[in-house]
Amino acid sequence: MKESYGGTLPRLDLSSLPGTLIVIEGPDCAGRTTQGDLVSRWLEQKGYAVARTGLARSRLAGRSLRRAKTGNMLTQKTMSLFYATDFYDQLENTVIPALRSGLVVLADRWIYTLIARDVVRGADRDWVKRMYSMALVPQAVYYLDAPPRTLVERTLARYSRLNYWEAGMDLGSPGDWYEGFIGYQKRLRTEFSRLREEYGFERVNANRGAAAVFGELKEKIGAMLVNGGTR
Amino acid sequence: MTHETALPGRLIALEGPDGAGKSTQVRLLERWLAGLGCKVFLTEWNSSELVKETTRRGKRKQLLTPTTFSLIHATDFASRYERQILPMLKSGHLVLCDRYIYTSFARDVVRGCDIEWVRNLYGFAKEPDLTFLIRLPLETAVQRVNRGNRKLKFFEAGMDLGLSPDPQECFRLFQGRVQEQYGKLASLFPFVAVDGSLDVPAQQALIRGQVMEKIELSLFRRKAQASR
Repeated sequence: MKESYGGTLPRLDLSSLPGTLIVIEGPDCAGRTTQGDLVSRWLEQKGYAVARTGLARSRLAGRSLRRAKTGNMLTQKTMSLFYATDFYDQLENTVIPALRSGLVVLADRWIYTLIARDVVRGADRDWVKRMYSMALVPQAVYYLDAPPRTLVERTLARYSRLNYWEAGMDLGSPGDWYEGFIGYQKRLRTEFSRLREEYGFERVNANRGAAAVFGELKEKIGAMLVNGGTR
Repeated sequence: MTHETALPGRLIALEGPDGAGKSTQVRLLERWLAGLGCKVFLTEWNSSELVKETTRRGKRKQLLTPTTFSLIHATDFASRYERQILPMLKSGHLVLCDRYIYTSFARDVVRGCDIEWVRNLYGFAKEPDLTFLIRLPLETAVQRVNRGNRKLKFFEAGMDLGLSPDPQECFRLFQGRVQEQYGKLASLFPFVAVDGSLDVPAQQALIRGQVMEKIELSLFRRKAQASR
């Protein structure tokens, strides 16, 4: 039996969802994709079928959402609601059917990133949380935590440039993208530590090599699956 | 809902079920106000460029669930609200809305969404200064929409609710429920009721009369400029 954060999705039966929902959270360049790949391969080797989801990937809204972001067309509440549309489309059409078939769903971020980003951009915390109240409670959430200076170094090493959104440039910082990035990531991190207490997810130190992080994730996920994936 | 009394503009909304004649009335109102020299802006439900393609895809491929149907319309509204409605109100326009948040309050609830959840989505929206609810008997509304034997679209007919396999019948049942929700909303919000079975000029006269009574129109006249 899966539960939501309070709200009820209309016309959906949550009574028989034997699968397991695992979420990897964290900022960009914390290593989510790398860990997602490693965990997914490892789970498949253990015999679990894995389905993967992530933000802005819905059939309904993914493409339009990504395009709107490129064009700087999005005002704050519009962006919140567009992401919520994308989130619920995947929840209803990808995540829940996969859980019903008994798969392990490995989600690259969940409502927490969406809430944190909106709150940092000035959205009313309660408004956003209520919007996501019908989201399923995952069996486990692992938050890959790394300090902003590490993130900026990794980003530059990998792309040789900073991304407009990750540098929080829409927040009206002046022209300094480096300081913009650090400042924005700091605010996100503060919001995340608040959300961590509220929603009770596990922090994984991501300020180290991928192998060490993967080792810890394997241990945690392995233990959780042995316990039947129940909370 | 927010009460932003400091805004110099005024917000007028027209609500009602499909076939009530909202678009006709709101256009006549716009013409009249523009003719008086007022700064007026008309915006329609579900018309933002930003989400148009998503909504079209969702409807055509029937990807929408009650939840995403509600959210995509809220996204459309937010986009128009943040980019048009609010700036227009701040710059002293009379903003006319062909459908407002009550449309979602009625329809999405019929589709099974929780009313509190839907109201929260629109929690940032200003309450209109004047809301007209055009009401008319269900059978009249259904006949008007079906005039010319136009084929009803899937979501328009409420086929996603599965009330009947026949689109015409499904539409009738769906609209009955929508009207019921409007009735409930009318007891919660200060709507001005308009009898949609009156002829068009009679309805328009009533609407104009209310607008003149509630809004000091001289405040919204454009400064005298070269008018042609």
